[in-house]
Order: sequence, then C-alpha cells, then structure tokens
Amino acid sequence: MSPAINPPSYPSQQELRNAPGYPSQKRLEKGPVVAIECIEEIPCNPCEQACPQHAITIGEPITNCPHLDEDKCIGCGLCVSQCPGLAIFLIDLTHSQGSASVAFPHEYLPLPKEGQTVRAVNRAGEPICSATVVRVQNPKTNGQTPVVTVAMPRKYATEVRGILRAQGGKKNGG
Amino acid sequence: MREVDLAVVGAGPAGLTAAIEGAKRGYSTVVLDMNPRPGGQLIKQIHKFFGSREHRAGTRGIEIADTLFYEAASAGVEVIVEAEVYAIHDSTLEVVVQTFAEDSLILPSEEATTSRSRPLSIAARRIVLATGGAENALSFAGWTLPGVMGAGAAQTMINLWRVLPGERILMVGAGNVGLIVSYQLMQAGGEVVAVIEATPRIGGYGVHAAKIRRAGIPILTSHTIVSASGESRVERAVIAKVDASWEIVPGSEQELEVDTICIAVGLYPNARLASLAGCELHYFPGLGGWIPVHNSRMETTVSGIYVAGDLSGVEEASTALEEGRLAGICAAASLGKERAGDHDEIKAIEGRLLGLRSGPFCQHRQDAKQELIGIGEAQCPQQ
Amino acid sequence: MRVVHHPILGNLPEVQQVRIWVDGKEIAARKGEPIAAAIAAAGIKIHRHTTKREEPRGIFCGIGQCTDCVMVVNGVPNVRTCITPVTEGMTVETQHGAGRGGR
Repeated sequence: MSPAINPPSYPSQQELRNAPGYPSQKRLEKGPVVAIECIEEIPCNPCEQACPQHAITIGEPITNCPHLDEDKCIGCGLCVSQCPGLAIFLIDLTHSQGSASVAFPHEYLPLPKEGQTVRAVNRAGEPICSATVVRVQNPKTNGQTPVVTVAMPRKYATEVRGILRAQGGKKNGG
Repeated sequence: MREVDLAVVGAGPAGLTAAIEGAKRGYSTVVLDMNPRPGGQLIKQIHKFFGSREHRAGTRGIEIADTLFYEAASAGVEVIVEAEVYAIHDSTLEVVVQTFAEDSLILPSEEATTSRSRPLSIAARRIVLATGGAENALSFAGWTLPGVMGAGAAQTMINLWRVLPGERILMVGAGNVGLIVSYQLMQAGGEVVAVIEATPRIGGYGVHAAKIRRAGIPILTSHTIVSASGESRVERAVIAKVDASWEIVPGSEQELEVDTICIAVGLYPNARLASLAGCELHYFPGLGGWIPVHNSRMETTVSGIYVAGDLSGVEEASTALEEGRLAGICAAASLGKERAGDHDEIKAIEGRLLGLRSGPFCQHRQDAKQELIGIGEAQCPQQ
Repeated sequence: MRVVHHPILGNLPEVQQVRIWVDGKEIAARKGEPIAAAIAAAGIKIHRHTTKREEPRGIFCGIGQCTDCVMVVNGVPNVRTCITPVTEGMTVETQHGAGRGGR
C-alpha cells in the first residue's frame, strides 16, 4: 500500500470522523475541545507530551495516530502550538450565542490584530465567511508558533482552519 | 602532519553526534566542514521537527544545530569550517582550508589562518564520513536557466541568508521537501503559484500538504513541468497533465508566470569522498542511489572508515542523529577497550532507529537498510 | 529581495556592511554572507556563461555541491559563490567559460 494520501490533500469529513484524534459531535457541543487532524501513521509524538491532562495518547510505536480522550480534554489548547505538523485546532461551539471560535497556528506575517475582521478560510484555502479575531497568542512557550483565535457563525466552525493571508511578495521586505 | 584519533567529515547532525561520542570517550576528535558554519542542513530547517523527545521533536532544526555544536565544543571536539577534504589515502585526509573570511565562526586551526587557501594533512586513526546528500536535478527544456534551482537552495537562501530568490515560485515535487520549502517560501514573503507532482499521489506527509492547501496553494498531482523559458532567466513555465504511462496529455498545457522554479525531486547520497577513499558502493534506489556498503557498526569495506547520515542512505535528520551516534561509538570502541555501557547504548540506538523506520512512510527504508547491512556484514572487515 | 521581517526568525539583525564590486558595480553586502546571497539580494541572477554555447547559469544547489554558481573572485576563476563569504573590497566578475582569458 502506498502511504501517500490522495488529493485533495487534506482530510475529508469522513476521514476525520474515523480518526482517533477527532472529537465527537456530542463532545463538540459541550464546549472547547481540540480536533487533531492527523490521520497518517507518521513518526511523531510531541502532542502526547504537550497535554497536561494526558488526554492525548500515541504510545508505541511512535507512528501510531494520536488518540484523543475527549472527556479528559479541557480545551486549554496548549497542544495547538506544539504540533510540528500544525494539525491541531481548538474548537469552541459555545463561544457565544450563535457564534463559535476556532483557534489555529498562524506562522505568517503580518499577524492579525485582536478585534480585526478577517476572511476565514477552509481546508482548501477558500474564504468561506467573515470572522472576528478574538485572540492572538504568542508566548515564549509557543516556540514562535502564534495561535490565532477567530469567532464566526457556528455552522462554519468545523470548516474554518485559517484566515486569508496578506497577498503580494513585498510584505516581508524592508 | 596533524595526527588525531578520530576525523569526521561533515558537521551536520550525523557528523557532530559521531564526533561528540568520540570526544566523550577521550579521543582527540576533529570535524571538517566546507561550509562557513557547522550544522549541515539543520541550519536552514526552521520548522519544528517530527519524531520523539529523544530526537528533539517539536524543536526547530536551527536550534538543534546550535545545541549540537555547543555539545561538541563542550566535549572538546575541534570543528574546522571552510575546510574541504579532497582526498583520503592510507588513513590520511588531505584538506584544503579556505579562509576568505578573516574571522569565520570558528577559526581554522594552527597555521591555516593566514592565507586564502592552504593545504592541511590530517592523519586519523579512524574516519567517519558524514558528507550528507545533495539534490537531484530534473531535466526539461530550459532546466539550466538561472531561476531554476534546487528547493534546498531556495531554502538556504531564505532561511540562512535571508534573501528571497524570486517572488513567484513554482515548486516541482510534492514530497516533504517540496511541501516544507513551499511553506517556508510563503513565510519569507514569496508567492508559491503551485506545487506540481508527476505521480498521482502526494509523497510527503498529509499534514504538510494540508498547510499548503489551507494557504490556498494548489497541489497538482499527475502534473509535470514541460519547459522553462525567458530572456536569460526564468520568466514563465509550462506545466501539463501526465497520464498513467507518464505521457503528457495533449492540450493540458498551462503557462504560469513565474520567476523561480524549485526542484524537489529527491536527494542522493554524496558518496564522492567515500568512493575516492575506496569504499565499495552499492545501488539502493530506495535510499537515494549509490551508498557505501557498511555493516551494523557503520564501518565500510575500508577498515577504519565509517559512514553515517544521508551518505549511508537518504533519510531524516532524526535518523542521522542516531546513526552518527552509532558510528561514533563504534569507531571509538574500535580504538581501545569497549566502554561499559557501550553495548546497551548501541542496542538503544538500534531500537530507536527501528522505531523511526517503521510505519507506512518509513518501513521501506528499514527493509533497504537491512539488505545493505546484510551485504556489509559479509563484505566489511570483521571485528 | 532581503527578507527583513520573518515570523519565525524575527527581524533581520543589523550586521556590518561590506562593499564588493560585481562587474565593476558596487554592491552593499552583509558581513559573513556568501557572494551568491549578496548578488541575489541585488537582483543579479546570472553568475556565468558556459564555454561552448555561452548559456547563462545561476544558483542551482546553493550548498557547494554543483559548481553552477562559480564566478571569478579577486581574479580567481571557478570560485563557488554559494559557500564563499564576501570580504571588504572583493571583486566579483561574471565568468565566461573556464574563466581564463575571457573564454
């Protein structure tokens, strides 16, 4: 069997539902929880050590997919910046009346500002809705992986995985 | 002539860990590297590494390079940079030390500091070759135009030297290198127009591909590059779909306006020095090409010459760290009495290597390494 | 183009500038960087022209393995510009062929 995954090159909803790191709809409804979108057997385990609640298990061999114990996960989001594959997202369907929040790693410049209105994108990079930046966190412990939280209408929360970046090649220049 | 117990060629992850093991055991150890800085290709790896805690997973490659160099220096390893080894004969390394820079990071030792380029001979009781790998080229119409470059070259330019080689980039190859470098080109402010891949499948990790896709970059599988063209430099590229027999699908050609085409179609082991030294090579396509035959102690068919890292099969930095350790311990052990604990350490390294070479992405490397070591056990000097 | 701001690496640190002359033109380079980086930052892509067909060549491997990027440095031909650091007053010339006698 070839290990490589087929285009479209990101996990489908079906694959995610079957993944041991993806929370159930029931758990998602309860409040903040992480979604680990890591569905291939690759040699990697920092998420296991990143979780203070011991909610993530990889074990032996190191190529196991991460398993999320969704009852232990308190939605602290500490693992989001620690995943080398940038494949963990913090989803809160209870963010406010009618709106949900999604936190994702964002290693690009410029960083958005809290309160800013942005275009949220799905896994294919397509803008699907407007979102408001709730938080931009980049403490030392993140190891230069800023985590951005955006709020948007609830129905988009399982699709939004990033924001539209500033376009053009000049933004990092002097 | 200088005399040392252990000479290591290459200051990347494999070379530095080998040297650390030698020096820790009290042997005089020197590392030679032709680059101005030690660290090998780690110094341009700004992403967080995969693997486990033993392999410093979650740490960015650049930080691992710093830590390794610090560890090597503390252990008493002498690292000579801008030093190119051009011959090995009778356990003697012939080295040219370049000193264009008046104050390179680590001054080349002894007399070598004053002139621009100076020969140096080093007689070593044991040698570890950790010369790494280099990028494969890909031939197509216009492939020699300035602006067509290895993906690793672009990565070196942006992350190490902080220069964007172009603003609109086409990436050829969707293995991990192609995906990671595409991401890093975007981080440096470049625009990646597309990632193309001739096979029907993305070869790299899905998580890397997902990062590229949610940034809005298309990954076109079953697509190849037809040509690059422009006035003395790349100004455009033509790509096209390929069918199951690798033929271009007529009418599927697309022209892309790009100024840079990055080639990420794999690496090959840089075995030139090993070959010069007389090490027997064997062809292993799954490990990148011609590899010096070695036994389980990483010793080649030339007694006293060991190999580690991408030279002994193109893999990952994590495997290079482990193989370097293994080669260093075994080379040192052959110089005198095996230390108490060496045996356990070797077993532990072998166990970790086995783990890194498991799973659907990596098992083929374990199989190839096993075959290589099988040949090595029969042909390499017996302990 | 210099990558001045970077999400992981931070802002480009200030370092001493050195001047090099590329085909007679003065270029400001950063101390410690290789010639290839300095001239790429200045927008120069052609390092040499091949012997027989005078085709242009630029950087290919960037790590001293392929020799595509060689130029004439301080009068010495075939210097790999990707691993040779700049020094104050260095002269760099586009190489033609093997770099001796212009061809």
